[in-house]
Amino acid sequence: MYAIDLIKSNYIRELISKGKREDSRGLLDFRAIKIKPGIIQNAEGSAQVDLGNTRVLAGVKMGVGEPMEDTPDMGTIAMSAELLPAASADYETGPPSPESIELARVVDRGIRAGNCVDLSSLLIDKGKCWNIFVDIYVLNYDGNLFDASCIAAMSSLVNTKVPGYEDEKELHDKRVKNLKIDNIVTSATFGKIGKHLVLDPDRSEENAMLARFTVATDEKFIRAMQKGLSGSLYKAEIESMVDTALEKHKHVKKIIEESKA
Amino acid sequence: MASKANKPELIKDGKRLDGRAFDEIRPFKIEASVLKNADGSAMVEWGNNRVLAAVYGPVETQPKHMADPMKAIIKCRYQMAPFSSLSEHSRSGPNRRATEISKVTKEVFENVVMLNEFPGSMINIFVEILQGDGGTRAAGITAASVALASAGIHMKDLVYAISVGKIGEELVLDMDMIEDNYSDSDMPMAVSPKDNSILLLQMDGGYTREELPRAIDMVIEAGKVISAAQREALRSVYKNIAKKYEGE
Repeated sequence: MYAIDLIKSNYIRELISKGKREDSRGLLDFRAIKIKPGIIQNAEGSAQVDLGNTRVLAGVKMGVGEPMEDTPDMGTIAMSAELLPAASADYETGPPSPESIELARVVDRGIRAGNCVDLSSLLIDKGKCWNIFVDIYVLNYDGNLFDASCIAAMSSLVNTKVPGYEDEKELHDKRVKNLKIDNIVTSATFGKIGKHLVLDPDRSEENAMLARFTVATDEKFIRAMQKGLSGSLYKAEIESMVDTALEKHKHVKKIIEESKA
Repeated sequence: MASKANKPELIKDGKRLDGRAFDEIRPFKIEASVLKNADGSAMVEWGNNRVLAAVYGPVETQPKHMADPMKAIIKCRYQMAPFSSLSEHSRSGPNRRATEISKVTKEVFENVVMLNEFPGSMINIFVEILQGDGGTRAAGITAASVALASAGIHMKDLVYAISVGKIGEELVLDMDMIEDNYSDSDMPMAVSPKDNSILLLQMDGGYTREELPRAIDMVIEAGKVISAAQREALRSVYKNIAKKYEGE
């Protein structure tokens, strides 16, 4: 961390301790969420999400392959995330970092546990199914990649069209039907700064926070949670963050649904 | 949570497949200082899990550019042995799952280890899953905690970890592999017992809002047993040394 970040962190901590944020948001407010669906026409589905100044692009590609051994009657879905060097001076080229692996796996768990994609609709024949690949590209980093990526992945899946399949050939230029989506999962990520919990931390707030907590929910259930960083959380804090996440779900879900082209 | 096909009946007459009650953990045994070369080590036998944790450090940070002049850094590697699982041979080396577990385990110990006592140095934690049967990350953290203590590294607390899952509508503690494969939820947690603060929490599946606090309470209750066993393991290392010299 640079010296300027340390100085800024002290300032952020002081602000938060007074219940204020640099961009005058409430402690439990999201930044503006903007979704541009379908911007990559070559992909089966895509969505670019702006969460404040954080920008994430998710692309969905599909290919015919084999089902998993333990789920022979279903297609598969796999997610990966890349923190592009273009997105921040702090990101470097090279093999996937633990941060990017954690990001992809947490987003994956929420969407998978929520049974968002009807994977059984992807079976083509015995031993043959569609495999879905969701790739999350972080284009600009300004904090809270978890929620931005979750929205981008969800929204790109909502906008995915399944390619045709005739005579053992994948017809990517002849997409026949919409991918069947059964549920929408959204996440809410919090930072613990001092004794305060703030929703959707930006980059400066992430530098100042001690613990991170992500809650992915649908309307009824908590679908995935992940605590990050070295700080600790108490049971009451976790409960209050889960309450906020369940409450914010409707707002974010509506934005995702409205992005459907 | 993979498949619902061929799902065995995990709960019968209010008992689990192996006869345990919902809030009962598997037999737990821990031994400290089991390796000669490591600065600290511990071996955990938890149900069919066999988990070894070794600690080397604090030593000078390698590579040097990673050193923090203000505090020690922690490196952690969680790894499952290629022969550790009942199913097929798995490739050695870290996969994506292991990379994530290594990261969250490291973050647990960044909280409790007094890092500012060893500026510029690094502490290496190696968690080797020799045999895995569900709940290996919890077993790994529980073992690593004792390994760090047996290395004499100052910590704010002796952390333990346990997982709580959900089978149908029932919350169940410490799921084994079969339960884990067919369960509806899993939530591993690491807790600092001095104030019950939560240092690791991961979850996927489907908990309701009402189930969450109950699940956390179950972990904290069972943690008392694990905590006591961890402390006893450290004590008995010194008791054994004392015994050795009593005869002379």
